[in-house]
Amino acid sequence: MAGGTAQDNGTQGDTYKEVRDWLLAPAWVTLIVLVLLPVLLMLVYSFLTKEFRGGVIWEFSFAAYEQFFCDRGLFGDEPCAIEWTYINIFWRSIWQAGLATILSLLIGFPTAYFIATRPAHVRPLWVFLITIPYWVNLLIRTVSMRFMLREEGPINNALMWSGLIDNPLQMINTNFAVQIGLFYSYLPFMVLPIYAAVERYNFTLSEAASDLYASKWTTLRRIVLPAVRPGVIAGCILVFVPSLGAFLAPDLLGGAKNFMIGSLIEEQFKGNAGNWPFGAAASMILLTLVLVILTLYARQQARPDKGAR
Amino acid sequence: MKSLLTSTAVAAALIAGGAQAEGNLSIYHWFEYIPQELLDKFTAETGITVTMDTYDSNEAMLASLKAGGMGSYDVAVPGDYMVSIMIGEGLLDEVGEGELKNKGNIADGWANPSFDPGWKHSIPYQWGSTSFMVDTAAFDGNIDTTDILFNPPAELAGKINMLDSQGEVMAMASLHLGIPQCSQDREQLKALDTMLQEAKGNWASFNSDTAKEVLVSGDVSVGQIYDGFGAKARAEKASLKYAFPTQGYVAWMDNVVLLKDAPNRDSAIKFMDFLLEPENIAAVSNFARYGSGLAGVEAFLDPELATLPESNPPSTAGPGVFIEVCDEATQAIYDRIWTNVKK
Repeated sequence: MAGGTAQDNGTQGDTYKEVRDWLLAPAWVTLIVLVLLPVLLMLVYSFLTKEFRGGVIWEFSFAAYEQFFCDRGLFGDEPCAIEWTYINIFWRSIWQAGLATILSLLIGFPTAYFIATRPAHVRPLWVFLITIPYWVNLLIRTVSMRFMLREEGPINNALMWSGLIDNPLQMINTNFAVQIGLFYSYLPFMVLPIYAAVERYNFTLSEAASDLYASKWTTLRRIVLPAVRPGVIAGCILVFVPSLGAFLAPDLLGGAKNFMIGSLIEEQFKGNAGNWPFGAAASMILLTLVLVILTLYARQQARPDKGAR
Repeated sequence: MKSLLTSTAVAAALIAGGAQAEGNLSIYHWFEYIPQELLDKFTAETGITVTMDTYDSNEAMLASLKAGGMGSYDVAVPGDYMVSIMIGEGLLDEVGEGELKNKGNIADGWANPSFDPGWKHSIPYQWGSTSFMVDTAAFDGNIDTTDILFNPPAELAGKINMLDSQGEVMAMASLHLGIPQCSQDREQLKALDTMLQEAKGNWASFNSDTAKEVLVSGDVSVGQIYDGFGAKARAEKASLKYAFPTQGYVAWMDNVVLLKDAPNRDSAIKFMDFLLEPENIAAVSNFARYGSGLAGVEAFLDPELATLPESNPPSTAGPGVFIEVCDEATQAIYDRIWTNVKK
């Protein structure tokens, strides 16, 4: 929408031109020291030889990537077959993260729409209420969810008291509990970007659609959703990506019975396995996966609007 | 920019200098494992300021030390097998003959532990066993068998928490099958792999940090647990009973080690000597509810500790065994079995 008004050379607002490099320096230092260097270090480590019980030997090796994709049997001396173990772990994580994203969207979108349609002076209050859970550490919130879901917890007690069930439901240590934990942890990440997008939406467009006999469903689908799409996609990414690497919810709510990507990587660095190159390789594969998803998003955004204007 | 860099360097130097000043002691310790009053007493007696970071597993401690923690801590408290690993990796400094004046207080039975013969790098801190507890309200049969974990009766299936620790689970599984730890026999290893995958279907969770809490809350009816945590769990829920299987159980011993490149080596030696005094180590035992490995502590112990069911195996109990350290090739197979369990 506003994209067309940018100047030809691509820069807007040169008010601080003289000091721009200085003002950008902290951001550059942060990016290089805290993001780029650690990722490069991981990349290098993933191609090194593992040292027994943690650490690396500075010899080039593909062993970590081979371990990820190549199954040589229990004793490591069989010919290479496709290793499904880690692919399955990744698939399980992607599936869980995807489901959490869809659940967050289903609940987050109406919430955001509701907030954005309140009178302007009460909207900040609603946004403030959404952020309140963030005052409490994620670990604490996940542990309290444990208390909620357990057999003798308030949910089961309430259901049994009301007579809806006779025996407590097994909720803790199930995928259901992991799903609840993920969705609950990251829901605000979905609400806030969608809210920002819906707030900017010009509601006279909805009125116009209605004047032209569009049903409410058609208006939502053809007018509102395309207009707020960037917010929806940003929200989906903000929920999907951290869910993909989450290990608190799988460990504390799922009982750590099955590795997720996050716990698999954690195990390589602080668990029994102590296989740093493999942990680094798994991280790089995860990073590549996320980059592919984000690139798809970026290309989607770059595509010119197919819409009516 | 230059002045910014300079002031940063000065600040870094100040921080580094402060940490190495005399009269400090930097401890790397398990969580909730030493009473604050005892640290205060040490400070009062010696004038040494104590700082402490904590970890929740031997492996996490090793990883953190190897990832740059060496040179910032004076002492750590690894378990038996981890002591031999750390000696093998050259992470421990040697305590010279006669440096510890209270070394004679170590009980005769512990004079020569397999993980550090002659206590050259370490002193005993606490010892005990890792077995499992059963809620006798949920199951009233014989609990002193490893079948409870690996081949459970129907009423306990799906109600079992295992420790999220390869060493503890594998050692117990080896006792269950009657095979040596770090076995290299292919048939035995295959049997171990198969047995664990079948047993996993009956397990509810792998939790170490909350091993006590899941038992007390009733999330599970069986849980692997350290004996001291077991005593605390029983205090909160009387129907919990600690098992000593006839097949044997896992014994452990945590030890205070002197780290190589310790910034405050003198303070570390004073601290080790302090913990070799029966009265002080008894304070740890009274807090953590484990045995101490020193002679002459009885007078300072809670009377209840001497008759604690978790610390006094019945005559039917099998042997207590330390977790063994496998060589690299064998460990690779055990790692694969563990991944198979959790995949």
